[in-house]
Amino acid sequence: MITMREAFGNALVELAGKRSDFVVLDADVAGGTGTHIFREAFPERFIQCGIAEQNMFSAAAGIASTGIIPIVTCYAVFASMRAVEQARNSIAYPRFNVKIAASHLGLDVGPDGATHQSLEDISIYRSIPEFRVISPADPLELQAALPVILDTEGPVYLRTGRSPIPEVYDCKDDFTIGRADVLREGEDLCIMAVGVMVHRALEAAGILQREGISCRVVNMSSLKPVDNALIEESARKTGAIVTAEDHNILGGLGGAVSEVLVSSCPVPVEMVGIRDRFGESGDTEELATRYGIGVSDIVNSAKKVLGRKNG
Amino acid sequence: MFEDLVSAARQMRKDIIEMNCLAGSGHPGGSLSAVEIICYLYNRELKVDPANPQHPDRDRFILSKGHSCLALYAALAQKNFFSKEEYARLRHVGGMLQGHPDRLKTPGVEFNSGSLSQGFSFAIGTALGAKMQDKTFRTYVLVGDGELNEGQIWEGMMFAVHHQLDNMVAIVDYNKLQSDDYCENVTALEPLMDKFRSFGWYTIEIDGHSFHDICCAFDRARKIKKRPSIILAHTIKGKGVSFMENAPKWHGSLAPEAHEREQALRECECEELQS
Repeated sequence: MITMREAFGNALVELAGKRSDFVVLDADVAGGTGTHIFREAFPERFIQCGIAEQNMFSAAAGIASTGIIPIVTCYAVFASMRAVEQARNSIAYPRFNVKIAASHLGLDVGPDGATHQSLEDISIYRSIPEFRVISPADPLELQAALPVILDTEGPVYLRTGRSPIPEVYDCKDDFTIGRADVLREGEDLCIMAVGVMVHRALEAAGILQREGISCRVVNMSSLKPVDNALIEESARKTGAIVTAEDHNILGGLGGAVSEVLVSSCPVPVEMVGIRDRFGESGDTEELATRYGIGVSDIVNSAKKVLGRKNG
Repeated sequence: MFEDLVSAARQMRKDIIEMNCLAGSGHPGGSLSAVEIICYLYNRELKVDPANPQHPDRDRFILSKGHSCLALYAALAQKNFFSKEEYARLRHVGGMLQGHPDRLKTPGVEFNSGSLSQGFSFAIGTALGAKMQDKTFRTYVLVGDGELNEGQIWEGMMFAVHHQLDNMVAIVDYNKLQSDDYCENVTALEPLMDKFRSFGWYTIEIDGHSFHDICCAFDRARKIKKRPSIILAHTIKGKGVSFMENAPKWHGSLAPEAHEREQALRECECEELQS
């Protein structure tokens, strides 16, 4: 398995060979985000900004104003909290063509602990006008999304990730902002997942299938805009939804899906996510179990939502 | 040799008072202290074209102390970036002139400043973008003294020197007052010149109301290579209106009463170049 950060670094290098319109900004975490691979291949297009994210974000807007696309990279806690006001007032409000690429998402960060585990970034960036929020499920999708993001004028918040991740796609050539992907068809309920939770959702669907429960699984990599039509269609078709995210249950994917459903097709929804608390150090899979975002948690939520649907 | 600028600055001051009264709010004190600096920039220094405000090779002026936009609006209107008729809708719904600058609404405005220190970093970005593309335009950024409280300023100070941004000039409107109180009472700034010097900037100290001083400072800055320049411009908050000068209450956001307006306009009309 390739790590998401390696996939990100490789994708940047491949793209840089094809187009000269972007540069990469780093806040002294190139090894962590995967941009060290890009730095080695294209040193003249790599800008070291030091451990100074606020200056980096506002300077990125300035660079964008001269016609270059800056891809600003750092960890999600800093991208979404330390420098979020710069993202809002320097990038989004004046509408500059800046792409923020954040690694280190959720409990997936593991042993470094709660300071570095971003559990809030989806809800934060979702609420800033102009920003699109994209969170690929595996290396292939990340690779497919990157050129589309560069071709889309305006601010984008891309969640790249960090760890090795099982491949969700065999091949993935196209990516459309605002469209969700049905990865598995099913009738009884629909699991809508994002990021590292997508492969867990597929695993959960397999377990449920053996118990006679048929699940549709949808990859919700476009968090804003969300695929309103597919959310609504999934609700009509299955009558029950489980959302799954390595993120606080407040304001994240669960919120985004529910916001669509309440006004179009209210069906029972169960949310798998971190229940409004901070994480801790530990192995990623152990943390997932402890904090309620493991495969078994998705299975249990599926059964619970089915009970509500039929009850 | 600066007669035309003296006259232009006098008109800018009157426009600032008029705008302030029409809006019923705004920040007159820090706008009046920045008049000569902004007036000089738009009349002598900047290569900008009102007919093509987005020209890719234009010089950039960023008003990082965005609350002082009355002075910027006065200069832009004078240069015909927009009509003075817009003054009447300043700070009102649907107007092109926002309470803080908005580049998408107002021709000639480079950046949506107002959240302090972000304009400074933005300017660093435009200067770096120019270097990366071998473009020769220059970047000028006007920073407030209270704004120097922000940590982001000092992040940028290090970055600009590290990247040898000799195509940018920062000017500090050092009127010694910020929102609540005198700067030295809020968080002491001095010794400022030593701080700038120790960060590696080329430093110049001037009287920010003297066109002669401003002219010499920009000429010197243009000759400096391999590092950015910073001009510490000593100014008077509320300059030109006696009851506003050095008076903390006129930072903002308020406007003169009718009788105060008359006095302010009269005094601006008589304002003479001091050196």
